[in-house]
Amino acid sequence: MNGPQDLGGQHGFGPVRPEQDEPWFHDDWERRAFALTIAMGATGAWNLDASRHARESMPPADYLSSGYYRIWFEGIVRLMSERGMVDDAELADGRMRVPPVALPRRLEAAAVPTVLAKGAGTERPAAAAARFAVGDAVRTIVMNPVAHTRLPRYARGRAGTVVSVHGAHVYPDTHARGEGEQPQWLYTVRFDARELWGADTTASSVCVDCWEPYLVGGGA
Amino acid sequence: MSGDHQHGSVLSEMDLRVRALETLLVDKGYVDPAALDALIETYEQRIGPHNGARVVARAWTDDAFRDRLRADATAAIAEMGYSGRQGEHMVALFNTPARHHLVVCTLCSCYPWPVLGLPPAWYKSAPFRAKAVVDPRGVLADFGVTIPADVELSVHDSTAELRYLVVPMRPEGTEDWNAEQLAALVTRDAMIGTGVARSPAEEPELVR
Repeated sequence: MNGPQDLGGQHGFGPVRPEQDEPWFHDDWERRAFALTIAMGATGAWNLDASRHARESMPPADYLSSGYYRIWFEGIVRLMSERGMVDDAELADGRMRVPPVALPRRLEAAAVPTVLAKGAGTERPAAAAARFAVGDAVRTIVMNPVAHTRLPRYARGRAGTVVSVHGAHVYPDTHARGEGEQPQWLYTVRFDARELWGADTTASSVCVDCWEPYLVGGGA
Repeated sequence: MSGDHQHGSVLSEMDLRVRALETLLVDKGYVDPAALDALIETYEQRIGPHNGARVVARAWTDDAFRDRLRADATAAIAEMGYSGRQGEHMVALFNTPARHHLVVCTLCSCYPWPVLGLPPAWYKSAPFRAKAVVDPRGVLADFGVTIPADVELSVHDSTAELRYLVVPMRPEGTEDWNAEQLAALVTRDAMIGTGVARSPAEEPELVR
């Protein structure tokens, strides 16, 4: 979706402001929001792509004025509200009114090291041969889906070159909306920075990881 | 803020909202409160850029490891004990005298947790995500870093589940340093590409 998350190339935000000796968390609520997000993600009530879509569905003005743990927090609130797992009264005072629903899993403390070490890889067996190979000229498609996609606006309709092939990976565009993993070949595509920005850039090239449905052959 | 100061409350609106949600999710049985503590402890105490610094220092000192890191970064990094969540599919980007790599996630906050820990606030901020793909030299200037004009600036937007680790160039004057000493020169920012490795002159206590 062309939401507030798609920030590449926008102007006016001012300089990047690194913080010296930055703590991992700036407030205790950030710690708890972080952990709640991971723990709820581990229940299997939704997948990572759905959670990204929930975050980017935050109203743009709120998104742009929020720190990232706030964005995460609003994301899980949205996901649970949409699924009827919590209601507004509960969110206001923390007192349970809606009975719990059955979830696929629960992350127990003892399993935390194992679950983190295992991760959740996204590579899957490919259903078909890869259409593109390293060195191929490709072009990204033009699209403006209201649903989730991982092709940023600045890289749509642009010519580039495949620089690596990474196997078939879970396709976020379908996975985010509950239509399954539908694995697709994943490529790193290098774009000449001038193809993306004209003369107004200090980059030489920008690489974007593109699933096969984002690409057509014959870049030039 | 709640505006409830007459009762001595210093909790922010976010404190209250997050506490309410945590209570609710524990009561519903969705989360194990001890698991929350374990998650926080892991990412606040154990995992951080010291992991990635060890990977880089080994790549500088062990040619066979460097080749493995180039061929299959996930496996090479796992050899050193770093793997898992948000590092399932790693790619190492090697800086050279001709090319400097910089990593961003314009769409969210993708970052290689097993080797760098959780991302700093600036990495997730609009200024960095907006600017890095179009004006990486401007970003470097915000960090007080200048890369020579004849060096290519190669930007990588983490739009998929691949996670990138920049291997900065080894500083001059470190020829007889061992991997442990070298790791102290490898900063988090150097492994994102918003910095370069420190020179021995910046680490006088390590110079023998």
